[in-house]
Amino acid sequence: MSRLEDFRDRVGSSGPVCVRGGGTRWLVGGPPSAGSREVRAPSGVVSFDPAEMTVVVGAGTPLTELTDALSEHDQEVALGAAPGATVGGVLAVGWSSLRRARIGSVRDALLQADCVGANGALFTAGGPTVKNVSGYDLCRLLVGSLGTLALIGQVILRTWPSPERTLWMQGPSTPEAARDACYRPSSLLWDGRLVSVCLEGYGADVAGEAAFLAANLGFSEMATAPTLPPHRSRWTGLLPEGGLLEVGSGVVHGPVAVDARKPEPGVAGLAARVRSGFDPEGRLNPGRDPYRIAA
Amino acid sequence: MEGGASARHLYSRDGSIITAGRVGVVCLPDSTDQVAACVRIALDHGRAFVPRGAGTGLTGGAVPCDDPVVISTTRMDRILEVDVDRRIAWVEPGVVNLDLTRHLEGTGLHFAPDPSSQQACTIGGNVANNSGGPHCLLYGVTSVHVAAVEVVLPDGEVVVLGEEEGEAAGYDLRGAFVGGEGTLGIATRIAVRLTPDPPEIRTMLLDFSTIEEAAATVSAVIAAGIVPAALELMDQQVVRAVEPFANAGYPLDAAAVLIVEIDGLAAGVEREIEVVARVAHETGARTVRVAADDGERDRIWKGRKAAFGAIATIKPSYYLHDTVIPRTRLAEVVSGVNEIADRHGLIVMNVFHAGDGNLHPILVFDDREPGVMDSVFAAGEEIVRLSLEVGGVLSGEHGIGLEKRRFMPLLFSPASMEAQRVLRDAFDPDGVANPHKVLPSGSSCGDIKELPEVPEGVWV
Repeated sequence: MSRLEDFRDRVGSSGPVCVRGGGTRWLVGGPPSAGSREVRAPSGVVSFDPAEMTVVVGAGTPLTELTDALSEHDQEVALGAAPGATVGGVLAVGWSSLRRARIGSVRDALLQADCVGANGALFTAGGPTVKNVSGYDLCRLLVGSLGTLALIGQVILRTWPSPERTLWMQGPSTPEAARDACYRPSSLLWDGRLVSVCLEGYGADVAGEAAFLAANLGFSEMATAPTLPPHRSRWTGLLPEGGLLEVGSGVVHGPVAVDARKPEPGVAGLAARVRSGFDPEGRLNPGRDPYRIAA
Repeated sequence: MEGGASARHLYSRDGSIITAGRVGVVCLPDSTDQVAACVRIALDHGRAFVPRGAGTGLTGGAVPCDDPVVISTTRMDRILEVDVDRRIAWVEPGVVNLDLTRHLEGTGLHFAPDPSSQQACTIGGNVANNSGGPHCLLYGVTSVHVAAVEVVLPDGEVVVLGEEEGEAAGYDLRGAFVGGEGTLGIATRIAVRLTPDPPEIRTMLLDFSTIEEAAATVSAVIAAGIVPAALELMDQQVVRAVEPFANAGYPLDAAAVLIVEIDGLAAGVEREIEVVARVAHETGARTVRVAADDGERDRIWKGRKAAFGAIATIKPSYYLHDTVIPRTRLAEVVSGVNEIADRHGLIVMNVFHAGDGNLHPILVFDDREPGVMDSVFAAGEEIVRLSLEVGGVLSGEHGIGLEKRRFMPLLFSPASMEAQRVLRDAFDPDGVANPHKVLPSGSSCGDIKELPEVPEGVWV
């Protein structure tokens, strides 16, 4: 029996079931209802083809195991999370890496997902190639769905070449001025006073942009990436006390938890039809709600 | 609204070879409210509706089945807002792709998706098909560039999916809608992300004695860890057809040429050009040319973008397939495609997005030759099957429409198609939005082997 079939059998076709990854974001979107049976997705890198820039990996694989395998070939994937997180967990929550401006959002990284549906049957969303419009884009729908539509067992992800050099710079500036001084920086963070910018690429290009920022905007090198406050919320145009804005991503990291905005009624209705269509009996990760994620 | 015979005939077809469409009435709304009204009128009369942009689609996605209300968005062609600071533009669905890019000239920003039909196709159509183009190799397909979209759902309700910045909380209904081929509703306003123009752009032209060497070079460039902005292949027949028009200096004796575009900051561009040149020489390139100036670069691209038009100089008709294969399998699959065409006595021309493995083998023919259509369809199906055998997919950017729905079971299990059906039903429980498209249906409408209809009043 394949690992996927084994996962399918453990999910079964009846009773509430929740999937557990590394547990690093376990309470995001609400805890699973009491009494839900806990399952884990298969773990391990199945195959990695550096020349194709795609990797097949079990959803239960620790993210560090995947990134180690990719870095042997100077490649990386657009999934970022705390140590201990799993590939499937990062996909289920859907939060993009701070470096999304370079490596893309999590939603753009998932090419194919082999899933178990609420009826206990295996199905495949998407396909193995880097470009694909064969049918509906279920992969993007699955990312950020907290396992409420299907449980992901194994995925194919798109990889990218790692940058030769990564350098964080910080200085007193407006986000716009810093952004316009660089070509597509990987990340821009703003705390209301200081801008932190992540420069990535070939060494000479990074050095050139760093020198420009230092000379013209008073930036200096940072030893490490900035530390983010613990709670994410949606940018409303006003930076909260102690907050850090991810410029252009609509996400603010702040010291205080913020409730999610309610979706418009039409969107909420559509979302409810999507959820009940995929899971008519509400057995997949009951209690969790992607609309309770603040950003 | 138009219901005359000529309008109904005109709107019965799109860019595909499918001729069996039948229009009930054509509506040309110019606002979201009017689109919603058109949808409700269709519902009141028990008719389906079919959204339509410029009608350049190649798989029959805009071909109407069973006398529906055709809702054309071509009058909704306003660029509503360009926010240079936040790098967002709100556009109506009928805005022509290239018109937005032209409108943005001087801002230092552009809209990245650049399908070959960009002079005619609309952004609403790009959203419906999740369109690509040469530069989506590095910059991503349309979905990556659509932040939010206002949609008239199939029940007439208006919703906004997505967010101007970043990702909306909850399900990515925006992501699900993009590429829905008009079966999930009609986009009425679209917030597109704008991409900064690269500071350096260099375009290379490589030529080869065999098409297999060109294909192997593509795989080798990607394997060297380089993702060019664009990486396109044209075979000898394409080159010979476009050169008299483009005057790009393509070598006419080459079996194939590659166009490689590298962009970004100066040092990286220089480095990657060196690597591509070295790799190409190792894999058999005869010459490696780097365009000296913008004029030379424009001519190189002019030939590529004109390829489909130039085919008419060879034969009057063509049938184009759009499959994707693993980029490491290009050489063998291109050989296989050529062998399939040979066996059916057809000419095949190859011009495609090689960097992401997106094949566009074009079967060219004269449809007045007896029996030729049977050969064309048989060869086409073999090409699809070959692509799937090596781990490929049915479509990279043209979609499924009517043309490829019968192939869906070759790629997807019944459970996998059922999952797609669930999504569609959530958006359109009554099956009124562009029915019979994408998923296999019992309808014979648009059956690709159906004989062309003879318009009324024509003597045969």
